[in-house]
Amino acid sequence: MGRITLDQVSKSFGDVEVIPPLDLTIEDGEFTVFVGPSGCGKSTLLRLIAGLEDITSGQIRIDSQDATNVPPAKRGLAMVFQSYALYPHMSVRKNIAFPMKMAGIAQDEQDRRIEAATTALNLTDYLDRRPGQLSGGQRQRVAIGRAIVREPAAFLFDEPLSNLDAALRVGMRLEISELHERLKTTMIYVTHDQVEAMTMADKIVVLQAGVIEQVGSPLELYNTPCNRFVAGFIGSPKMNFLEGEAAAKYGAHSIGIRPEHLNISTDEGAWKATVGVAEHLGSDTFLYVHPEGNEGETMTVRVDGEFAVRHGDTVFLTPREDLIHKFDAEGLRIP
Amino acid sequence: MATQHSRSAARLMMAPAVVLLLGWMLVPLTMTLYFSFKKYLPLRGGDLGWVGFENYTRFLTSSAFWPSVQTTLIIVGGVLAITVILGVLLATLLNQPMWGQGAVRILVIAPFFVMPTVSALVWKNMFMDPNYGLLAHLWKLFGATPIEWLSQASLTSIIMIVSWQWLPFATLILLTAIQSLDSEQLEAAEMDGAPPIKRFGYITLPHLSRAITVVILIQTIFLLSIFAEIFVTTGGAFGTKTLSYLIFQRVLESQNIGLGSAGGVYAIILANIVAIFLMRIVGKNLDA
Ligand SMILES: Nc1ncnc2c1ncn2[C@@H]1O[C@H](COP(=O)(O)OP(=O)(O)O)[C@@H](O)[C@H]1O
Ligand SMILES: [Mg+2]
Repeated sequence: MGRITLDQVSKSFGDVEVIPPLDLTIEDGEFTVFVGPSGCGKSTLLRLIAGLEDITSGQIRIDSQDATNVPPAKRGLAMVFQSYALYPHMSVRKNIAFPMKMAGIAQDEQDRRIEAATTALNLTDYLDRRPGQLSGGQRQRVAIGRAIVREPAAFLFDEPLSNLDAALRVGMRLEISELHERLKTTMIYVTHDQVEAMTMADKIVVLQAGVIEQVGSPLELYNTPCNRFVAGFIGSPKMNFLEGEAAAKYGAHSIGIRPEHLNISTDEGAWKATVGVAEHLGSDTFLYVHPEGNEGETMTVRVDGEFAVRHGDTVFLTPREDLIHKFDAEGLRIP
Repeated sequence: MATQHSRSAARLMMAPAVVLLLGWMLVPLTMTLYFSFKKYLPLRGGDLGWVGFENYTRFLTSSAFWPSVQTTLIIVGGVLAITVILGVLLATLLNQPMWGQGAVRILVIAPFFVMPTVSALVWKNMFMDPNYGLLAHLWKLFGATPIEWLSQASLTSIIMIVSWQWLPFATLILLTAIQSLDSEQLEAAEMDGAPPIKRFGYITLPHLSRAITVVILIQTIFLLSIFAEIFVTTGGAFGTKTLSYLIFQRVLESQNIGLGSAGGVYAIILANIVAIFLMRIVGKNLDA
């Protein structure tokens, strides 16, 4: 079981309130991702749940038990740190066995769990190595192995992939998702990368400056972002925003249109624009265009497959009316 | 940059330092070796010619030799044990966030800047004097008879004095080592269910092992030759005659330069054995 409830939880460091009081429920078995720009308090929130920081006010409940003053070790949560935090002087086996040794689990049970975890994580050949002799991805897996053998109520990940190179990151992302499918344990995953959030999450919590902007499934956030911040943060490339005349036509202070929701043509359309940079990837073409009459602006357009235009060419854009997002002066969504 | 030209320029630039260091080391070493094969009694006839290995055998077979080796080892071992253990504890304490941390740290380092002679005199007269020393007053306060530290517990006293001098060094090195410990490792151990004592034993102490080895290595090399502390406190009496003190006595008190030089050569050999031994440990530690 691993249902985690935050009730009016807040955190201040001295006079600085990093997290104003917030409510959040993470259901048992759910893969929840905290996403937001750097410094918005994601790690702090995770550490509050882990018990590594004391909360300033509010209550944390794990499986409806008050865990606010329970020490980290007793909360039944396992954490995977950004730096992996492996014990450098211990072999992989000893690293993974450490939490079980501390818990006083019998040796044969320890061996059984190490065997199971290392087989699943492809670590059996490295059991006697030190962390220093492993690659980044292998270290990452050892850290995950050390968390798995504890059979925790929930896993906490703090930007676990940010130290890996791009190719490895995609691979590990899949492995963690598969791990979640297999274990069905609650996982809370912190990242600043919205692609990770979109691909892995059952539920995304978007944070800005310690405040929850929106909670929802990846597609809910993509289709109905509740404000401009979420709209701009979720989705890649970023949503285009237009203000003034173009927005007024839709009765909004500003409108947003995703790069993939703009139809492009070389001869006719709603808005005329000049191509700045064209990125031809084969599978997609990304065009960075400057709308006529507002050349300082850049709009991004995504076209499926190949689209043969070059720098300086004139193109016409037409937004898909049903997919335009409208926002008021406060940046809130207009339904 | 490693062209022929830059390399020869580098050699030229380094030459003065190399020559100076060589002279600094080689001249005394050669002179010691030279005198150790001579019978040389400055006040009783001067240079009395070559005597082969006689000085070496005489130094080894003299009744004072083995006790002096033993004393040296006890002092070095005692000081090492005290400074390392207390150093680890102090470093751990100083690493805690507290009020006035900067000032406390400077105070802890201070003894290192006091000259050995001065600190030994301070200890001898202000703390250990059986009549008006601070420790004597303390003993009297509890109704006990003051200990005559430097005669009744002479080795302990010297170990205390020398430890007091070297504790700051050990603390400083260990403190920097503790500060380099990744706090996420401690947090991971905390989440893994390790209570503070176990975190210290399983995470902090292994992390400090390299720094501890370095402290032991450097201190041993310096401690093998402590002299001032003994000279101004017991003057080598009450079983505090170390190897270096014995050599000093042979040369200056017995005015037997040949014999003292032979002792000096033994001391060089001993120091080198220790150094090689310790280098190996450090080397192994650095590889890991
Ligand atoms: N121990 C601390 N003391 C003071 N301020 C802190 C501490 N930890 C984090 N903060 C502040 O809290 C804010 C959120 O930090 P963090 O949770 O690490 O952000 P994120 O993980 O989202 O990048 C930052 O502005 C940071 O400076
Ligand atoms: Mg962070």
